[in-house]
Amino acid sequence: MTAIQSTHTPLSLISKSASAKTQAVPPLVEQLKGGLDAPICLTWELTYACNLACVHCLSSSGRRDPKELSTAEALAVVDELADLQVFYVNLGGGEPMIRKDFLDIVDHAVGRNVGVKFSTNGYYIDQAAAERFAATDLLDIQISLDGFDAATNDAVRGPGSWEAARRAMDNLAAADFGEFKISIVATRHNVAQLDDYKQMADDYGAQLRVTRLRPSGRGVDSYQDLRLTHPQQQDIFRWIMDHPDVLTGDSFFHLNALGKETGETLPGLSMCGAGRIVCLIDPIGDVYACPFVIHDEFMAGNVRDTGGFASVWRESDLFRELREPGAAGACASCNAYDACGGGCMAAKFFTGIPLDGPDPDCALGHADEAVAAAAAAGVVPQPSQDHSRPVRLGSKPA
Amino acid sequence: MSTATFDPSTKWERSAKIGLRPEPFGALAYHFDTRRLVFLKSPALVDLVDGLVEHESADAAITAIIEPADDRSHRAHVTALASLAEAGVIEPVSPAISFVG
Repeated sequence: MTAIQSTHTPLSLISKSASAKTQAVPPLVEQLKGGLDAPICLTWELTYACNLACVHCLSSSGRRDPKELSTAEALAVVDELADLQVFYVNLGGGEPMIRKDFLDIVDHAVGRNVGVKFSTNGYYIDQAAAERFAATDLLDIQISLDGFDAATNDAVRGPGSWEAARRAMDNLAAADFGEFKISIVATRHNVAQLDDYKQMADDYGAQLRVTRLRPSGRGVDSYQDLRLTHPQQQDIFRWIMDHPDVLTGDSFFHLNALGKETGETLPGLSMCGAGRIVCLIDPIGDVYACPFVIHDEFMAGNVRDTGGFASVWRESDLFRELREPGAAGACASCNAYDACGGGCMAAKFFTGIPLDGPDPDCALGHADEAVAAAAAAGVVPQPSQDHSRPVRLGSKPA
Repeated sequence: MSTATFDPSTKWERSAKIGLRPEPFGALAYHFDTRRLVFLKSPALVDLVDGLVEHESADAAITAIIEPADDRSHRAHVTALASLAEAGVIEPVSPAISFVG
């Protein structure tokens, strides 16, 4: 069936390059760094509303924003993406299924040949929803689960969330949905469970997706407790090399320094795609360079602006700047710079490291001192929006 | 999915399951069934993929469309088409089936 290679995460979609070497052309990665006419991989967070309050939520979600796009506006965005030939869109949130018009948006996208993958915590995938999804073409579902067991997962995603995710998976399997995705953010508490996860995915006929923890959103506060240790970085590098069928969103390219001596490179593109081949539309229509930098400094415009999304993508000063060749900065003297490219822009930003400095999770440890110093000095930027639900002292957790 | 062994002496065409998006370097091809993304890394290759259906064989299409028309370039484009066939971007055009009651 067709879902076998379905929706590889952002950059790992690049599975084959057909090159007729008739003339000297720059390597593909260099061309991609200059930007594309439209994004390859577009994430669209439909709402800030969420029934959960995960400690590492990239968008600090919880409460709906009153300025969120209306149904008509959302459908118009779909039309624009279709006209731009954006082949598929990653819908998320918040919890996207909370939007009452969620199915209308999905159906409209699919009807216009824009494939949909949506990320969900699974709470609302009952048997009827699973059957509805199974009958929808061009639709892919990604269920988040951040621990193989309930204790590990619920410590990050909240009480009851493990059970809800498993129930959703059971419902999808019972509805014969096909190959859905089980998506894990790798933390120091679950990284030892990857083999168990893989078995779980295989048992469901699902595909496993493992991505990197980012210090974004509420992750600013949880990052130090959840980030991988250096030995764990080695472990996961090896594990990914040994499991090329597991999706990663190409999010671990910052670890490629670990393969420098053996000549190994993780599958996928080894580059930051922010504003070049990826971007994010947030629930109120603001366009950010990537899903991990929801902050004023990386906001390029709004889909409600004149010219819509296309103008923001093609003409915003921020995105043009991001497409200029970057300098190696503090990493210039490191012989692994060509392997990791300096890592993730968002991770640097939210840990107070200069954007031309090392990734905070530099596998060679070149950022360890700077991360500790920035944290101690309190110079870590705070997210410029926060839709977290207020914590009521004395009340039970949701 | 619909991949086929590539024989350049037969007729081929761009798959109907493919979305092709022009880009400065050539085009992005997206296979809506397999969800694979494929880069066509030269505008000439894009012209070739689109022009296949108008020629009786892939070889003939290469000869008519690709410049320069030397052996080396021809071979490079046969290789490129073979990988596009493997990815399901192009498909063989079935010969008309005759009724043999």
